[in-house]
Amino acid sequence: MKRNSPTVLDEQRGAYRPTPPPAWKPRTDPGPLLPDPEPYRVLGTEGALKADPALLRRLYAQLVRGRRYNAQATALTKQGRLAVYPSTTGQEACEIAAADVLREQDWLFPSYRDTLAAVARGLDPVQALTLLRGDWHTGYDPREHRIAPLCTPLATQLPHAVGLAHAARLRGDDVVALALVGDGGTSEGDFHEALNFAAVWQAPVVFLVQNNGFAISVPLDKQTAAPSLAHKAVGYGMPGRLVDGNDVVAVHEVLTEAIQRARTGGGPTLVEAITYRIDAHTNADDATRYREDKEVEVWRGHDPIALLERELTERGLLDDDGKQAAKDEAETMAADLRARMNADPVLDPMDLFSHVFAEQTSQLREQAAQLRAELDAEAENDTHNEPGGTGR
Amino acid sequence: MTTAAVKPATMAQALGRALRDALAEDPTVHVMGEDVGTLGGVFRITDGLAKEFGEDRCTDTPLAEAGILGAAVGMAMYGLRPVVEMQFDAFAYPAFEQLVSHVSRWRNRTRGAMPLPITIRVPYGGGIGGVEHHSDSSEAYYIATPGLHVVTPATVDDAYGLLRASIASDDPVVFMEPKRLYWSKSQWNPQTPTAVEPLGRAVVRRPGRSATLLTYGPSLPVCLEAAEAATAEGWDLEVVDLRSLVPFDDETVCASVRRTGRALVVHEATGFGGPGGEIAARVTERCFHHLEAPVLRVTGFDIPYPPPMLERHHLPGVDRILDAVARLQWEAES
Repeated sequence: MKRNSPTVLDEQRGAYRPTPPPAWKPRTDPGPLLPDPEPYRVLGTEGALKADPALLRRLYAQLVRGRRYNAQATALTKQGRLAVYPSTTGQEACEIAAADVLREQDWLFPSYRDTLAAVARGLDPVQALTLLRGDWHTGYDPREHRIAPLCTPLATQLPHAVGLAHAARLRGDDVVALALVGDGGTSEGDFHEALNFAAVWQAPVVFLVQNNGFAISVPLDKQTAAPSLAHKAVGYGMPGRLVDGNDVVAVHEVLTEAIQRARTGGGPTLVEAITYRIDAHTNADDATRYREDKEVEVWRGHDPIALLERELTERGLLDDDGKQAAKDEAETMAADLRARMNADPVLDPMDLFSHVFAEQTSQLREQAAQLRAELDAEAENDTHNEPGGTGR
Repeated sequence: MTTAAVKPATMAQALGRALRDALAEDPTVHVMGEDVGTLGGVFRITDGLAKEFGEDRCTDTPLAEAGILGAAVGMAMYGLRPVVEMQFDAFAYPAFEQLVSHVSRWRNRTRGAMPLPITIRVPYGGGIGGVEHHSDSSEAYYIATPGLHVVTPATVDDAYGLLRASIASDDPVVFMEPKRLYWSKSQWNPQTPTAVEPLGRAVVRRPGRSATLLTYGPSLPVCLEAAEAATAEGWDLEVVDLRSLVPFDDETVCASVRRTGRALVVHEATGFGGPGGEIAARVTERCFHHLEAPVLRVTGFDIPYPPPMLERHHLPGVDRILDAVARLQWEAES
């Protein structure tokens, strides 16, 4: 290439003396954020059980009640009383611990699978099952119970938990949000955005991933290439913790520590609880198509209730009377639930238009009038067709 | 004091003033989005707010629209009134799941127990020479989603009034800002800003007798210009500014069309599946016996938004409107 004359740029280039790039170092030491590769365990670990006996008995009673609730809800599905029920049989330790670590002012953000956590937090089981029954979408006032509506889309409740926790902190309130998500949900974009926001804002929020092995039929190794789901935390600048999800005491301790950290301004934590879904995804799922019975049997041998029961019995903290009392209480709950779910709910069709906007638009008023007229005509027909009515 | 000269203000200034007044009057109002803090927004709508109200009230968020709107849901659950900026029309699409699956349904899902008063500001539309993804007219997606209010100002006065009303609303509002009009000016007085009627009222911007132009947002000035030009042809066009697509003001629209007997819908969004189809159907259903001609539409073409060097061929302009008005003057052919 022939050049006519040096340009200004050439002169600048000639004068240019490269300087070293600005010094770079990681913004946070990833070491303290990394999860211990061995899931944290208490039950069956020599000298590890230090929890208050009253707490242990409470957790035991809740686990037994939770197992019965899962069985009853599954039965109601078979009877057609529930449209669908995603069971947490085998995962009760996560659900119970999540509810138990929260104080009254804290918030729980459940997914559709987490009705048991809501019930353990004190929600009426009938209200918890409203969505799954097909009787409206949320059977309770979220503010009254501090339980967000059950979330059906995956992981979209996580940014809500972050926003609520952030708002509470802006207002100077002592509130922590605990958000539940499954292993499949960690692949969603909202999982990433929520964790990133939480860490940047140092929001008082705790994320509990219940890794139950499958997103419907897709196993974890087809879901992620990460060493563990808890490892994802380090990328956001928050600590990740791995815990045995069937060890209710261990989950309780890890969550308590994470919540305490959030409450005292230490920011968010990602907890991965390793557990297993003993039942199928829902009644519409055939789990035998994607997993072996012997795998299920292994997990049945690591049952959350049996784990706690054995340890409490060995330590003399639980006797046959205690077991029976827990069982009886669970039966009472199940009988009450059965009786109330077997009553047909009474719905008002005009409610279809009641809660779209604060004030109905003229368009909705027209449609409501149309439905009113259709209902009146139906009622008129029914009157004529009733025995003893005027007939036609 | 009616003699004091009022300095012309832009729509951008009026929007900024509305945000400032809302932040000052209501401590639960929070402005949030990408670049809204130190930079003052890429269109400078939020200029100075972070400085005046602090970064907790006017927050630069991470660059993630679903996260922004999702966090706003949680904040609204806790009693705040978030005002979210989506920066550009097509940048709002990642937040679509939050908007459609949660924001729009929350009141309904909780049977009225938990309304979400979120305002989502979406700068929209073309005509500014933006590259791809900076010029979409996305209003059809929003109006097809039950539970959302969808409003769009076309004047400086309305920019202030409608934004204040949107923030005050207990329901989520998608606030479509015609970015082409950000720098349009009027003798708007920021010292005495005007309120608007409740959301959902259209307004007649120019009375006329020959036909009604139904329009909103960026197409309003084009329609007014067309109406002026049409006087040379002896046509006296009425121009209705819809201001709100949801709720839709059937009353004002139909009263106008019944007076004039002819209607033309004008907007930038695509014609097929665009708002014009819904509007034309509503007008036809309600005014059939008053109509002297079919309701016509002048819209953007049914194409992905074109590159800036071609956008003038896509956007509805005065000539295309006048041609359509001419077609409205039809006589039944035998």
